Amino acid sequence: MRGGAKRRPAPSVSAREKTILSIAPSALPISMRRIEKRFGSVPVLRDLNLDVEAGEFLTLLGPSGSGKTTLLMILAGFVRANGGSIKVGGDEIITTPPHRRNIGMVFQNYALFPHMNVFHNIAFPLKQRGVAAAETAQRVEKALELVKLQGLGERRVDQLSGGQRQRVALARAIVFEPRIVLMDEPLSALDKGLREHMQIELRALHRRLGMTTVYVTHDQREAITMSDRIAVMNGGRIEQLDRPETLYAAPKTQFVAGFIGESNFIPVESRNGSVWYQDRLIQTGAQTPPAGPHLMVVRPEKLRLVTATEPSTGTNVLDATVSDIIYQGDSFVCYASLSDGRQLTLRDYCRSDVLARLPAPGQPIMLGLDAKDTILVAAEG
Amino acid sequence: MSAQSLLLKEAAGPGQDLNAQALRADARRESLRLLALLAPSLFLVCAIIIVPIGWLFWLSLFDETGAFSAANYARFFEQASYIKTFITTFKVAFIVTGACVLLGYPLAYMLSQLPRRAASICLIFVILPFWTSVLVRTYAWLVILQRKGLINSWLIDLGVISQPLSLANNFSGVVIGMTHILLPFLVLPLYASMKTIDTDCLRAGMNLGAGPAATFRQIFFPLSLPGLASGVVIVFVLCLGFFVTPALMGGGKVVMWAMRMEQTTSLYSNWGAGAALGVVLLVVTLALLGLFQWLLGARATGVWSSR
Repeated sequence: MRGGAKRRPAPSVSAREKTILSIAPSALPISMRRIEKRFGSVPVLRDLNLDVEAGEFLTLLGPSGSGKTTLLMILAGFVRANGGSIKVGGDEIITTPPHRRNIGMVFQNYALFPHMNVFHNIAFPLKQRGVAAAETAQRVEKALELVKLQGLGERRVDQLSGGQRQRVALARAIVFEPRIVLMDEPLSALDKGLREHMQIELRALHRRLGMTTVYVTHDQREAITMSDRIAVMNGGRIEQLDRPETLYAAPKTQFVAGFIGESNFIPVESRNGSVWYQDRLIQTGAQTPPAGPHLMVVRPEKLRLVTATEPSTGTNVLDATVSDIIYQGDSFVCYASLSDGRQLTLRDYCRSDVLARLPAPGQPIMLGLDAKDTILVAAEG
Repeated sequence: MSAQSLLLKEAAGPGQDLNAQALRADARRESLRLLALLAPSLFLVCAIIIVPIGWLFWLSLFDETGAFSAANYARFFEQASYIKTFITTFKVAFIVTGACVLLGYPLAYMLSQLPRRAASICLIFVILPFWTSVLVRTYAWLVILQRKGLINSWLIDLGVISQPLSLANNFSGVVIGMTHILLPFLVLPLYASMKTIDTDCLRAGMNLGAGPAATFRQIFFPLSLPGLASGVVIVFVLCLGFFVTPALMGGGKVVMWAMRMEQTTSLYSNWGAGAALGVVLLVVTLALLGLFQWLLGARATGVWSSR
């Protein structure tokens, strides 16, 4: 049986096994070109181009209304685009009906069939493909093992907990070895602890099976945790497509910087080949941007408290006043305001040396930001 | 040490909970209060359901002379006309229910798939006849269906038929009239249950490889069954006791159970026999409801088992 070996429920995957497992025969690349979608006259997706590599875990991340779910629905075939091309492994599928696309999907509310038990839910795609009863039973059993639900085949759907339903939906989406798996905010209905646990599990499952996965979420932390690459969507376009660490360290637009992680923006100006905040020279790790107004992205954890005696080479120092200090056990948050009233947030761990010189509200402080952590983005509207 | 263990034992002992007596009294008072709140509705149920039905049952046990006997029930087995009425009633009920399902299922399906605005406009057309008097609608059907009615004159004018079809004053007239009147009773619960079917379930079916027809058969239809069953039960039960339409559209040839009851009580003033008819209808209806309930229960707990 194809793929029999890769279904073994080994808790840890040996290096030799991994080389076999990671190149799943069903993983195919997706290539989307010039996708356009309008609802009436309202554009939802505009000239969207996206390539997903074979076996990649790619996340579409964006606020609601950014078009990420619509794009997923077009991929699955439930929504017809106004124009564009989708190629899976070179084959055009833009007009293929959903039931012939061979794409597995995990729905936001799982969409398990309430009139079937767990076994029949998972066997459903195999039944449609005319798989013999004996093989169906075997494959369903393996899928159940894979999602750690052994022996629950006879359970009714309404007897399962939220997390278990999630696993059944997952098993159903992968049991027929689809070439692509789509997931539409599959963890959003779970509570926080379970969600974080399932993120790790989904990630591990993807590593074992190696199917091309397109994942939709509005939770940036979830996207960063799970993805190989993230496409940040806004207003029907992809703002930036990059690896999570690149997205975080080098956002290209204000939107990306604001959506991924926490940021404060300080307006700066580029003139005469250098960057200035009011009358203070700002050192950056990258090249000086073209003349004009820009925004400096300041992440709370990149800021630190500096003293006047410290050498300031390679560090931008900003004078500020403490507005409030909030102690959070493992860390503290310091809200500070600059001379122009702009608020900055500083977050640091409560090491004893830091705690020893923690400022009080109203006290003037100096905030240090390393030049290599200083990011500039174009100012938007 | 011994004092301490004694104290522990006391605290853990039965009936030694703190304020146990006051709490028990409070629980008793609460159940009494709840019972007092329930009393008006319990009284109503007794007064308008249990007492009249008990009286009906009591009446059915006396013959015309006022003597206590089972003659009223024995008559069902002795007189062929009773058995014939019984069979006619069930035949009409089955055919009308079947016609309602055949017409109502596609209608409800269409309504459930329409956009919200269009669906509410179409629903008005389903509900509108509902608000019109049964008598008016039945006479309207007579006008349409009779020998020189609309349908026959059109068909003759068009040259489709030479002799008028007998559509009214017979069995088919009864079926047509009753189907029209009872159709909303099937469509409304069915539509409501179809609206609750999660579209993502249907999408999931297609995503997993089932074509539109297979998705309908394996997912939509089974999920619409509870609504269909409740519609069928309502229509069937209403059919069993239906009076106006069969009386007017049957032309005296189709005698249903309710018409028999009317004859027995107002024509022959035989209250005992009429009451017996009522009791039998009630028992049969309850038995059918029980059967449906049982079948539905089996359906709900049983798993998908095609193949």
